Amino acid sequence: MSLFEDYHPLKGKMFQILKPEGTLQRNLHPPFSDQDTFNLYQKMLFIRLADQRALMLQRQGRMGTYAPIWGQEACQVGSASVLQKGDWVFPAFRELGAALMMGIPLKTVFLYWMGNEEGSRAPEGINVLPVSIPVGTHPLHAVGVGWAAKLKGDPIVTMAYFGDGATSKGDFHEAMNFAGVFKTPTIFFCQNNQFAISVPRKIQTASQTIAQKAIAYGMDGIQVDGNDLFAVFAATKEAAEKARTGRGSTLIEGVTYRFGPHTTADDPTKYRKDEEIETWKPLDPMVRLKLYLEEKGLWNDEIEQRLTEEAQKEIDQVVKDAEAVPVPEVEDIFKYVYAEMTPQLKEQMEYLKGSL
Amino acid sequence: MAKLNMVEAINLALREEMGKDNRVVVLGEDVGREGGVFRVTDGLQEKFGTDRVVDTPLAESGIVGTALGMALYGFRPVAEIQFDGFLYPCLDQITNHIGRMRNRSRGRFICPLVIRVPYGGGIHAPEHHSESPEAILAHTPGIKVVIPSTPYEAKGLLLASIREPDPVLFLEPKRIYRAIREEVPEGDYTIPIGKARMVQEGKDITIVAWGAMVREALNAAEELKGDKIDVEIIDLRTISPIDVDAIVNSIRKTGRGVIVHEAPKTCGLGAEIIALINEKAFFSLQAPIDRVTGFDIPVPLLKSEHYYLPNLKRIVTAVKKVMNF
Repeated sequence: MSLFEDYHPLKGKMFQILKPEGTLQRNLHPPFSDQDTFNLYQKMLFIRLADQRALMLQRQGRMGTYAPIWGQEACQVGSASVLQKGDWVFPAFRELGAALMMGIPLKTVFLYWMGNEEGSRAPEGINVLPVSIPVGTHPLHAVGVGWAAKLKGDPIVTMAYFGDGATSKGDFHEAMNFAGVFKTPTIFFCQNNQFAISVPRKIQTASQTIAQKAIAYGMDGIQVDGNDLFAVFAATKEAAEKARTGRGSTLIEGVTYRFGPHTTADDPTKYRKDEEIETWKPLDPMVRLKLYLEEKGLWNDEIEQRLTEEAQKEIDQVVKDAEAVPVPEVEDIFKYVYAEMTPQLKEQMEYLKGSL
Repeated sequence: MAKLNMVEAINLALREEMGKDNRVVVLGEDVGREGGVFRVTDGLQEKFGTDRVVDTPLAESGIVGTALGMALYGFRPVAEIQFDGFLYPCLDQITNHIGRMRNRSRGRFICPLVIRVPYGGGIHAPEHHSESPEAILAHTPGIKVVIPSTPYEAKGLLLASIREPDPVLFLEPKRIYRAIREEVPEGDYTIPIGKARMVQEGKDITIVAWGAMVREALNAAEELKGDKIDVEIIDLRTISPIDVDAIVNSIRKTGRGVIVHEAPKTCGLGAEIIALINEKAFFSLQAPIDRVTGFDIPVPLLKSEHYYLPNLKRIVTAVKKVMNF
């Protein structure tokens, strides 16, 4: 039986390989080597530190509003590390982890949140779209790219990241429906982090799980422990292989928790209690991986301290580089609107230059 | 040379371009088997297959959102939104994504695509089938908005739109879909986007119109000959970006103008055009510019639709008023 049959959404089972205590579920194995586990854990550590730094920069007035990833590292590192060059990623706005895994430089991500559009320009050859702030509107784009690739016969995967709130949107339905009808090579990765700003998951939908929604669209759906790097990777890998071989789309619901605020503009104490956060703390994706690696003798405080210091140094340099990028020129806000500036834009630009 | 109506001319343009460029795909509701509710895509699916002429699920935002994705991957989608009133669900995709993809990504990702929309009133259609949401679109950065006024124009403008590197909203005045027949050559020709057309020269007054209103303007001009009023008519063709020079040059010559549009008056394109004339040709004016427009009301149902639409009488009256100022 395939994973998607084993964990058919109506069976009510969540797919988990690595338990919160750092031990494996009976008869299940990590989907990659211990060395890979070490490497990916290191990435997660880097991402968590970079995320913390962004929060700090925002608090210091050196960055605009920022949407922290804290708690969702396994969802993003596990899923994005399945993808290959040539695949396409359509992020929502909390996808620091997925972006870095796809090869977007941290400086680019920081530039975006610092308010420079250059931060939305993916380097050539890396198909990561700018973040999509209007919730749930971008899975359609993933379906469109996947559909085009399928027509061309290119075996790529398109991956849309979104949250539980997005599943309430009309465009989510339209995207899932198109993907089902045209069997596009799309992975719909829902990071169910339990909140859409302040509104909890249970008010978002009366469906028992988000994964169940897949059934209505004629596609596979699976609920995975989104804080389990192994399960996220294994489920995404199977969905990606399916997509590459013309067997259509998959909805993956990663059950996770947003430890931080929705964005830096939000005060979570208004809508959730500290006790609730405390119940999720032991489920932190980093905690179980660390326990697992320690048990294997691959991780200890000394390694952690060394890698943390290295990461902080790297992040220091990125912040320095990002802050050294000058304010864009006046031309920059006009010249990318159309392939060629219209007479109106030229006139408005000249006016602005003259009024500065 | 064949005499075609606008439906046939658009069909010919699509047929020729799809034959030439396999990146061009047509998608929308009922565009395949049925050939579109107005038969604009008639026979295209038979010729090009179901992969290139796609009957989609009934979901307008889905159509343009996936078209955006296809364009990102190098296709040249031509999406059809069945009626103007069903364009509104697409505004999220158009304003938040299609119109700003190039800008947001600093040119790294672009989405050249065409969204065709039969628009406007005058065919006794049901509710929500006679809308003119043109000003909303012209107000949206990053897209271009093209409105043909004759079959010949429609073919050349559509070919240019498909080849345009920026997204184009192509509004087809359904009232004149079959009302005008004229010679439309086979083979390639394009009409540049952003350039107005001098429909007829005149010395006394300028009428600026587009789409179905060009024909109304022509009828009015014919009648005004009896009053010895020599009317110049400019067909804007593209309402975003507007060909400001064409308007200003004409007003400098005639000193008087009337703008005719079917969309509601308040914040309509007419207001923008008057503002442009004030900015650039104020001292040429011999009278205030007047507007003949729809009203700030939902388009009435068919029994009262004639109250709403600008017509020959209203245009003639407006022209005389401006002439006698």
